[in-house]
Amino acid sequence: MNDIVEGLWQAARLVITLDPGLAEITLRSLQVTLTATVIASVLGLPMGAWIAVNRFRLRRFAIAILNALMGLPPVVVGLIVYVLLSRSGPFGVFGLLFTPTAMIIAQVIIITPIIASISHQAIRELWADYHDLLISLHATRAQRIKTLLWDGRRALMTAALAGFGRAIGEVGAIMIVGGNIDHATRVLTTAIALETGKGDFGLALALGFVLIALAIAVNLALHMLSGTERGSRW
Amino acid sequence: MVSAILPLVLEDVELRRQGKRILGPVSLTLEGEGITVVMGPNGAGKTSLLRAMHGLERINRGRAVWQGGAEEVRARQAFVFQTPVLMRRSVLDCIAYPLILDGVERKMARARAETAASQVGLDVTLTAPASVLSGGERQKMALARALIRAPEVLLLDEPCANLDLHSTAEIERVLIAARDRGTRIVMSTHNVGQARRLADDILFLFDGRLIETGSGDAFFAGPETPEAMAHINGDLLP
Ligand SMILES: Nc1ncnc2c1ncn2[C@@H]1O[C@H](COP(=O)(O)OP(=O)(O)OP(=O)(O)O)[C@@H](O)[C@H]1O
Ligand SMILES: [Mg+2]
Repeated sequence: MNDIVEGLWQAARLVITLDPGLAEITLRSLQVTLTATVIASVLGLPMGAWIAVNRFRLRRFAIAILNALMGLPPVVVGLIVYVLLSRSGPFGVFGLLFTPTAMIIAQVIIITPIIASISHQAIRELWADYHDLLISLHATRAQRIKTLLWDGRRALMTAALAGFGRAIGEVGAIMIVGGNIDHATRVLTTAIALETGKGDFGLALALGFVLIALAIAVNLALHMLSGTERGSRW
Repeated sequence: MVSAILPLVLEDVELRRQGKRILGPVSLTLEGEGITVVMGPNGAGKTSLLRAMHGLERINRGRAVWQGGAEEVRARQAFVFQTPVLMRRSVLDCIAYPLILDGVERKMARARAETAASQVGLDVTLTAPASVLSGGERQKMALARALIRAPEVLLLDEPCANLDLHSTAEIERVLIAARDRGTRIVMSTHNVGQARRLADDILFLFDGRLIETGSGDAFFAGPETPEAMAHINGDLLP
């Protein structure tokens, strides 16, 4: 209990004094995870919509795979990305291992299935509503997907936020591919793991509270941003 | 005006769903001008027939043939569904949507949507979400959306089902105006008075079969089948 109170205090102190170390890893956390979320959304949202709208032979199979991929253990993803990016691996020449880019790659792999799966669910319901109309109006395949993505944007934002939530709190994969190098690849979660390992529970907890506050802040900011288009409230 | 995509020819069209024949075999030719009214009791197959004409239903036997290429055939007809499909957009954007699909610039599309809304007597806040519309207003919205591409053939499935007398009269005026501009109209209705007022031709369906066809005047003067007779007299069928 004392540790928690102490952690809260320390978190407050770090934030109020704008501790440069804290600011650095917080910004890196945000940068890595937001980039990963944007890339995963660009991949996952249309993927989910495409699966919802098209009937193809392996559709059920694709959905099952997607749902299975949602539960990918991050450590395993990290390990695979590590092997691929390591000097002797197929992408070793790019020298990406132990860089933020490697961390982004790992997070994209982890959250794209989540975003695709949630958006597939949302778009499927919308498609059921719109199906007859879009067929009747002779909308092209691309127009259908565009319409569904636009009209389903609220549900899709939820999908993206779910991906963000998973990525910002993720530690296993980015620890492996990033290496938790100070001033290079250290982020909030890896720092928490490090401080916990060292037994500095106060600092670890403080970082934990900052992480939670960050996740809440990003969610609120996005909701407020989307709330500004008053004309399209549902 | 002779529509390029007409005549529509249905040859022994049959729809089967879950092992049951729900429509057909139906053969008919749709050409010329005017309003064709599809009548028949609930479950007779009116919706199925209209949807089959429009290409929304898988036809199990026979075929429905329009003139011209698939692209123009689809682009030049419009359908008003028995239950209006609401998009999660403003009323104005719902109506403008077909134009947006055609690549019309948004501002222009909205201006034309506004005109279309006033044509059907849709007197609501057009910037409000479509979901706030009442049942009758939704049908007017759907009609405005269907008319906005100025289709050659307009198929309507009970377009006045939720409308009061005033709105019904308004819609009938809109439909007659469209017909007079050369739009070929096929619509279903349960309103015998409306059928009398609008029908140039009648298609009478019973249990999935087309049992009587003819001009509206002849049909209402003396239907040939007892089923049609009972239907327009409001008798309860055995
Ligand atoms: N997908 C389907 N599967 C099974 N039965 C169906 C299907 N679609 C329609 N039917 C049946 O086909 C029959 C005709 O339906 P349809 O909707 O065409 O009737 P309708 O004449 O439009 O009736 P209403 O006046 O009530 O609108 C009904 O008995 C209906 O239950
Ligand atoms: Mg019907």
